[in-house]
Amino acid sequence: MTADGSDSAAALADAVRRGERSARSVVEAALGGIAARDPELHAFLHVAADGARADADAVDEKVRAGEDPGPLAGVPVALKDNLCTRGIPTTCASRILEGWRPPYDATVVTRLRDAGAVVVGKTNLDEFAMGSSTENSCTGPTRHPMDPSRVPGGSSGGSAAAVGAGLVPLGLGSDTGGSVRQPAALCGVVGMKPTYGVVSRYGLVAFASSLDQIGPFARSVADAALLLEVIAGHDPKDSTSLDRPAPEVVRSLGAGVEGLRVGVCEELVADTAPDVSRRVREAAEELAEAGALVEEVSVPEMRLGLSAYYLIAPAEASSNLARYDGVRYGLRVDAPDVAQMNTATRTAGFGPEVKRRIMLGTYALSAGYYGAYYGKAQRVRTLLIRAFDRVYEQFDVLVGATAPTTAFAIGERVADPLAMYLSDVCTIPSNLSGHPAISVPFGAGDDGLPVGVQVLAPALCEERMFQVAATLERSAAARARAGQGEGRR
Amino acid sequence: MSEPPALGRDDVAHVAGLARLSLSEEELDTFTGQLARVIDHARDVSSLDVHDVPPTAHPLPVRNVLRTDDPCPGLDRGEVLAAAPDVEDNRFKVPRIVGEAP
Repeated sequence: MTADGSDSAAALADAVRRGERSARSVVEAALGGIAARDPELHAFLHVAADGARADADAVDEKVRAGEDPGPLAGVPVALKDNLCTRGIPTTCASRILEGWRPPYDATVVTRLRDAGAVVVGKTNLDEFAMGSSTENSCTGPTRHPMDPSRVPGGSSGGSAAAVGAGLVPLGLGSDTGGSVRQPAALCGVVGMKPTYGVVSRYGLVAFASSLDQIGPFARSVADAALLLEVIAGHDPKDSTSLDRPAPEVVRSLGAGVEGLRVGVCEELVADTAPDVSRRVREAAEELAEAGALVEEVSVPEMRLGLSAYYLIAPAEASSNLARYDGVRYGLRVDAPDVAQMNTATRTAGFGPEVKRRIMLGTYALSAGYYGAYYGKAQRVRTLLIRAFDRVYEQFDVLVGATAPTTAFAIGERVADPLAMYLSDVCTIPSNLSGHPAISVPFGAGDDGLPVGVQVLAPALCEERMFQVAATLERSAAARARAGQGEGRR
Repeated sequence: MSEPPALGRDDVAHVAGLARLSLSEEELDTFTGQLARVIDHARDVSSLDVHDVPPTAHPLPVRNVLRTDDPCPGLDRGEVLAAAPDVEDNRFKVPRIVGEAP
């Protein structure tokens, strides 16, 4: 069981594997919850009820036949709608892909199915994963599961809200600048971004290819670890996939933090709201209490991350999104010649934030400005990576806030893109460096809404990162029982 | 190195054209203001002297990856073409690409 009493993914899979519960009944319960709650939340863009029932029945058939149904047998999973699902609509919350049914499954989807998990639906996002609030969806915003007037964060806000509301125990998102970790923090769930290359990007609709990674959402660190082990590992279909086995994170959960050197990253604390930074400092104290060697550390290069990211990510996006030209899939707006058709299609199909990013990226790459913007940003990316390398000589992990504030009001930051971009300031550095990072719920802010504490680790040190995350989760649970830092339920 | 100039309305109109986006006059004003703020914020990066720092294009030391040349089934042609806006004789069909002969 997880902290709030709902069944964990691990417990559900065990019950299904032992034949104590049918996958069908687990999936029916999830579908019932979605039908009851999602009209308000709008976490889902598509509920694949019939397919989910058929998949659940196939799992039950395997159990009856004495075959191994897999480690996630019968566990309902929600997928961000930028992950390709064969025959199931995949829209990226964009008019330009409305109605598109991919002819193939993303590798993560294949691995989930092979592990016995059941895809129940596709979740809302900021269009093409560009945003921090899920308000940039052509279908309208997802609402925060604890307060419908607030955003769930983004861009994977639908998956975060679905897991946060208890509709599904597991979800997948994509994290290009914090799009898994930030909504996880705002919704009070666990969300992590793996080391670049640990999870295959095959079938993830590309936003910024040197930054994108798929990552898990769960209601506990253990469930996130279980899901990561299922989706990670080499994939010949992704040339940037690392040729090494999946990290063994489940095994590391009980190891504790005795003797680990933990750096409290000043830049990931000082620039956050007081109620958030207080929780991060309390989390650091808990780690010290548990035997870690905790010290403050300043990494000034972190502050350059935001600007570098908002040049690099749009530059890559402007190239990746050139493929939406009205020729092979998605929307076409007819016009007398092909150039006019391309323009009419893209003008009608993309929303304002996607247009902003495409134009920003085109500008940063254009003749005369390439050196000053994209070129400089790439060099600053090197500076940031060197700074991480330096600090990891002294520390095993870093901790800080995941997001500068708790969940903000719907509409609050829509008119000011720069204010919205600042929501990602704590999560961006790990995307630029390619390092893993995880957000763990740790108490609440002054408004009673969840606060996430982020653990950052060097490349391929997921095991160590999960060790720290599991310790933080145990501390948070103990504090909640003692009445400290308790938020809304 | 001198600082690049501020982003203006003409720049936005130019990049919109390059990116095959059409903007109304009103959109042009709104986007110019918003993008200028982002570019202005980026001065903390664009004003740095980093000429002696090598650029990073990718977080991994990327190298070309080849697989063995074994035949394997590709995507189903019918399924792929079914998603296209217009098709003729198993090909994607588009409107005129070049102008009339003079």
